[in-house]
Amino acid sequence: MGKFIRLKKGFDINLAGKATPKTSSIEPETFVIKPTDFYGIYMPKVVVKEGDTVKAGSPLFHDKKNEKIVFTAPVSGEIVEINRGEKRKLLEVKILADKTVEYVPFAKYSVSDIANLSREKAQEQLLTSGAWLNLVQRPFGIVADPAETPKSIFISAFDSAPLAADYNYTLKGQEQAFQIGLDVLKKFTTGPIHLNVHAEREISPVFAQAKGVEVNKFSGKHPSGCVGVQIHHIDPINKGDVVWTINPTGVVQIGKLFLNGVYDTSRLIALAGSEVKDPQYYKTYTGSSIKKMLQDNLKQDHVRVVSGNVLTGTKIPKDGYVGFYDQVVSIIPEGDDYEFLGWINPTASKLSFHRAFGLLSFLVPKKEFVLDSNTHGEPRAFVQTGVFEGVTPMDILPTYLLKAIIAEDFDEMEELGIYEVIEEDLALCEFVDVSKHNVQQILREGIDLIQNS
Amino acid sequence: MKFLRNQLDKAKHNFEKGGKWEKFYYAFEAIDTFLFAPNTTNGLRGAQVRDAVDLKRLMMTVIIAMVPCLLFGIYNVGHQHFLALGQEAVLSEKIMIGLIQVVPIIIVSYATGLGVEFIFSIIRRHPVNEGFLVSGMLIPLVMPPDIPLWQVAVATIFAVIIGKEAFGGTGMNILNVALTARAFLYFAYPVNIAGEVWTYLPDKAQAVAGYSGATPLAVAAQAGSTSGANAVEALNSFGAGWADNLYSFWNLFVGFIPGCIGETSTLMCLIGGLILIVTGTGSWKIIVSVFAGAFGMGLFINAIGGNPFVELPAQYHLVMGGLAFGAVFMATDPVTATQTETGKWVYGFLIGILTVLIRVFNPAYPEGIMLAILLMNVFAPLIDYFVVSANKKRRLKRATV
Repeated sequence: MGKFIRLKKGFDINLAGKATPKTSSIEPETFVIKPTDFYGIYMPKVVVKEGDTVKAGSPLFHDKKNEKIVFTAPVSGEIVEINRGEKRKLLEVKILADKTVEYVPFAKYSVSDIANLSREKAQEQLLTSGAWLNLVQRPFGIVADPAETPKSIFISAFDSAPLAADYNYTLKGQEQAFQIGLDVLKKFTTGPIHLNVHAEREISPVFAQAKGVEVNKFSGKHPSGCVGVQIHHIDPINKGDVVWTINPTGVVQIGKLFLNGVYDTSRLIALAGSEVKDPQYYKTYTGSSIKKMLQDNLKQDHVRVVSGNVLTGTKIPKDGYVGFYDQVVSIIPEGDDYEFLGWINPTASKLSFHRAFGLLSFLVPKKEFVLDSNTHGEPRAFVQTGVFEGVTPMDILPTYLLKAIIAEDFDEMEELGIYEVIEEDLALCEFVDVSKHNVQQILREGIDLIQNS
Repeated sequence: MKFLRNQLDKAKHNFEKGGKWEKFYYAFEAIDTFLFAPNTTNGLRGAQVRDAVDLKRLMMTVIIAMVPCLLFGIYNVGHQHFLALGQEAVLSEKIMIGLIQVVPIIIVSYATGLGVEFIFSIIRRHPVNEGFLVSGMLIPLVMPPDIPLWQVAVATIFAVIIGKEAFGGTGMNILNVALTARAFLYFAYPVNIAGEVWTYLPDKAQAVAGYSGATPLAVAAQAGSTSGANAVEALNSFGAGWADNLYSFWNLFVGFIPGCIGETSTLMCLIGGLILIVTGTGSWKIIVSVFAGAFGMGLFINAIGGNPFVELPAQYHLVMGGLAFGAVFMATDPVTATQTETGKWVYGFLIGILTVLIRVFNPAYPEGIMLAILLMNVFAPLIDYFVVSANKKRRLKRATV
């Protein structure tokens, strides 16, 4: 009964160095949970000290305003560092992992028990275990508020971003956990759970066998996999509406929590990008250190390591940590070099959405590109028009929305659809922008304004 | 290249904060980024890779699209010169005359315009924007070949300061800069930019017997009052004796006629338009709708009838005057045009309609495209306002369903 939605606008960024479907097991020594990975947190209050030992699922810190939102340890081990920045702002809590993970025991349910489980009990278990953080609330893209009842829950079952991890591979064999996860989530919404798959790609049995959900099909280029775009076409958010989103990995984690009674954050992380010698998957846990993955695995030293995909990710050091929601670590060349007459040289090796003089990448649509982190130009005022609209498959006018945000015009922001978008939905605008605006940063400033008004 | 880069790096600290030429930082930056694409990298969070396009490249594409018009214009200035004198001349002589007339205008336009840009970037502390690269070429192309250079300079300075910098620079201006320059000249020094000024004819030179410098639009406008013939006949018989078939439809299309330096040839404008459309730098919606609007309005007034100019077949409006040049290079200016995709249709269509209206019903000034575009520049935000309101209403409506 799901819908079929064909999106015509968008742009695929085809990068070199996709992860091959094979998995290495490494054992990172340290893990980190960063409050900066989450939006909508008022202030984290740390409940552990350096030297404490924790189990997977033990609380590390909670939100001062909403104490029910608990951030827990992804693995068992010893707290070795609590890093704070300016004004003692909590930056990260670091755990030195045990050889074998010990879990905090939570209630275990059989498949038939799940059906009779109440929302209150399920919510209690999700919150105390930390698995709750997988639920993201729209509007604003913040950690879901336990007091809300969303009108529907959306799961995007494909990732159209560059170098994305392939769910068909990372979730292989997780059919049961995924189904249990869905069954639990159903208790939280009055409406349906929408599971959105790509019409032309192979659909993993994990999603094909899912029951009790509306399966919608999407076709088209990136950002068709962005859940915000999908919501826009199926059940749009207006002022006052609340929708929750969760990625499939999170659903599996919730399933395991109820099935096995443990907060099991084990997951596959894709290490990909043109500068990786052997791009592949690594089995690890949430918040893992990437130091060992990168050892002897880089083609050169002058690289940018990005937690997440190259459109929305965060730059991290070579001994940094994977972000909470990220499932890919992308490694691209650092582009801090000058290019003589670089603004006019014809090039087919730099990717462009445009076809202005000398930009020849449109002639080689199948090519895998090696892109560096250079801005390729300087920031300018808005000049060219119609470009953002070409990569935004929504009935939203991004230029006007961004201008309303810059002008801090609250009414305009609301009317132009700020409730419907978060950074990832407009990330392509930032990529294609001739005038090199920091579109995502501007958007988040607007969201903060609206949210706190 | 390495040497050049090193020199720039060495000089750079003088221009940075605390350096002795700190004031001139943006002037230095403009030269630096012109020579070398900068080494800046993307921020910590958000897009880590960026499209290879930038504003410089975009503007350069527009300039490349103007090259056919420019080259043709240089040749045509010489061609018209010898035609008016009644002399035979070879290609190189025509080009030489064209170069002598046109190149100084281009130099003056760029020198004064960029001069103002640099001064403003220093005073207002903002980067030098690339917008003037295009305006600086557009201004010469809409000038008569014999325009006094000081007038070019004054018009350019006026256009850049009042038309653009007063609003905050490239991207903020309301009126098209090149058209502001031309409108300024038209109202300030009409003697030099209206009437029979479109052929380069030195003062002492004796024109060929029967010579007239009237433009096709003027010929068509006067067709009724003078000869009683219809406008097409008046155009076809113009130039008899010294330049047969000067204003035939075909010749109007190809552009071997007197007029502004760059805008006589509809053919060259179409080639330029094709470049803009293929590269995606100019909106095809605007170009197509300007032509459609002019043609539609032409047909409409044909149907009403009244005098020979009104009855001029609609297709003539597309090849006469600066309509093609305006449609391709002026109306598509993304800053002063409408910014919504639906709005672009309305905007272009109204420009076409207004152009023909002004041509036909305004006896003082038969060329309408300049005023039509300037007028629509002013109304563009209003058109956008309605398109954006429709979007908001659509979104609100969705809520109740």
